[in-house]
Amino acid sequence: MAESPYAVEARGLVKSFGSNVAVDGVDLTIPRGGIYGVLGPNGAGKTTAIRMLATLLRPDAGEAWVLGRDIFTEPKAVRERIALTGQFASLDEDLTGMENLILLGRLLGFTKQDARRRGKDLLTAFGLAEAADRQVKKYSGGMRRRLDIAGSLIVTPEMMFLDEPTTGIDPRSRNQVWDIIRTLVAGGTTILLTTQYLEEADQLADRIAVIDHGRVIAEGTPGQLKAQVGAGALKVRLADQAQRERAAEVLERRLGSVVIREKDAVALTVRLGEGAGTTPALNALEELGLEVESFSYGQPSLDEVFLALTGKPAETQNDDAEPDAERVA
Amino acid sequence: MSQTSIRSEHGGSAEAARIQRVLLPADQRPSPSGPISGSVTFGWRALLKIKHIPMQLFDVTIFPIMMTVMFTFIFGGAMGAIVSGTGQTGGPAVSEYVQFFIPGIFVQTLIMITMYTGVTLNKDISKGIFDRFRSLPIWRPAQLVGALLGDQVRYGLAGTIILTVGFLVGFRPVGGLLGVLAGFVLLLVCSFCLSWVWTMVSLLMPSEEAVMGVSMTIIFPLTFASNIFVPTETMPGWLEGIVEANPVSVLVSAIRELMDGTFDPGSIVSVLIYSAVVVAVFAPVSMYLYNRKS
Repeated sequence: MAESPYAVEARGLVKSFGSNVAVDGVDLTIPRGGIYGVLGPNGAGKTTAIRMLATLLRPDAGEAWVLGRDIFTEPKAVRERIALTGQFASLDEDLTGMENLILLGRLLGFTKQDARRRGKDLLTAFGLAEAADRQVKKYSGGMRRRLDIAGSLIVTPEMMFLDEPTTGIDPRSRNQVWDIIRTLVAGGTTILLTTQYLEEADQLADRIAVIDHGRVIAEGTPGQLKAQVGAGALKVRLADQAQRERAAEVLERRLGSVVIREKDAVALTVRLGEGAGTTPALNALEELGLEVESFSYGQPSLDEVFLALTGKPAETQNDDAEPDAERVA
Repeated sequence: MSQTSIRSEHGGSAEAARIQRVLLPADQRPSPSGPISGSVTFGWRALLKIKHIPMQLFDVTIFPIMMTVMFTFIFGGAMGAIVSGTGQTGGPAVSEYVQFFIPGIFVQTLIMITMYTGVTLNKDISKGIFDRFRSLPIWRPAQLVGALLGDQVRYGLAGTIILTVGFLVGFRPVGGLLGVLAGFVLLLVCSFCLSWVWTMVSLLMPSEEAVMGVSMTIIFPLTFASNIFVPTETMPGWLEGIVEANPVSVLVSAIRELMDGTFDPGSIVSVLIYSAVVVAVFAPVSMYLYNRKS
């Protein structure tokens, strides 16, 4: 069989549960290697889409190939090449970490001895050696997630599905998971990652598909997605919040685009179109006596991309904490 | 930002290097487990769960003792009078009844316990681990077959307890140890086959409670409208026919015969046919439901 250049090719995937159409015609083309992010809010259909590609769920319509194998006619060939790490740790809580890995190792065809050795190596590499003989229910969220990923690496998958790998874990563990993911990619594994967090997609993914209401509403590199929204954004902070409404009107008129009134009562964000001159607009504020405390100009964040694409803001991870601060913590 | 200093603080790069080293090269990958080794591995998992949660053995230890002792002493005095045909109640009647009743309660209890297989499976399948199992390149029925194999240990334990209690209250099978063992094996085979019914129920029902409810509704009439507790001759004519056709009665008769030292190939064959039919119907249905479970 000729090896397909794509890790995933999916056309028109549909899945309904009763009257609820969870996935409504999803097309995906994912190249081999690298990290592909599927971004969307809760209930957008991300998990359902992944479960179909991982052969856990049979689509109602459409067609899809994973690593060149048809998910309908060659599910076993697909399963031989993939690994799945679920949103809720796919581990046996009652067993110990070691027993979980031996179980999976035995199922994948290792002898009991080899499975134990493999388990030991993985537990050591993932910093879980001390917890090897502890029941998983006594693990912390971060430990579980690491064991879960270790369980997916007993044999190296060509493709790994990570369904919200950092949902509900602390920032330190999240950074560890990110490091692990980058390591896997360096080893040649293709990663399909779902996330509700824009920051995560922006940090990790080479390409992103934005899913909402079971459909792909945008696709491209993070840079392309940002470019779709406009040249960038102007953020203005005023000295006096009473002046904000007037300032917003001025900016709207001058720059000809929508002004977002931020939660912070003195802040305004303006998405800029091509070639909009910001200096005259800022000067106009000054002339009217609307005092600008500070302003910044930058590429739009994925948050703004999401807002522009779906008309509603995306959920964000740790709204008020800076990512760098978390990393040090 | 000083990425490197931050990374070394949580050991990121060192960990990454360690992980990189343990990744298995593609040519060292074994071929996945087959149907038998896969089922045995899942059976091992079930045993590990018993080891870690010994409380789940409550239903297969206390319950059989309770049932055997209660029925023997409460009903034995009255029932023994009929079973023995002497009309005499009280102590002697109890020992008469024990000979009749122990093989029956043996079957009753094990059938009751097979129900917990479904309840456990329903809880288990709803967890993330089954997603992982289903994404492995293995023989899919192994996940269910293994669970049922592991439950054989529970059934074996319960059976041993009943027969031991039976012996203590005076059960002396004419068929001796060999007859008892033959009856035991036959019952384990039937329990394994019957478990497929609860497997299907557990895949159809949304919760453990629902599985329990449905299973009870099936098990109660099936075991009480049988020859477990009373000889069928004592029943009204119209009921006698129904009760004698009940597969549970057929099973109990076959086991009574084996323990009594009378070996009737006919009844054993009918039991095995019933069992085979149950598996032939419910195992494929269970697998169909399992493969399509969302």
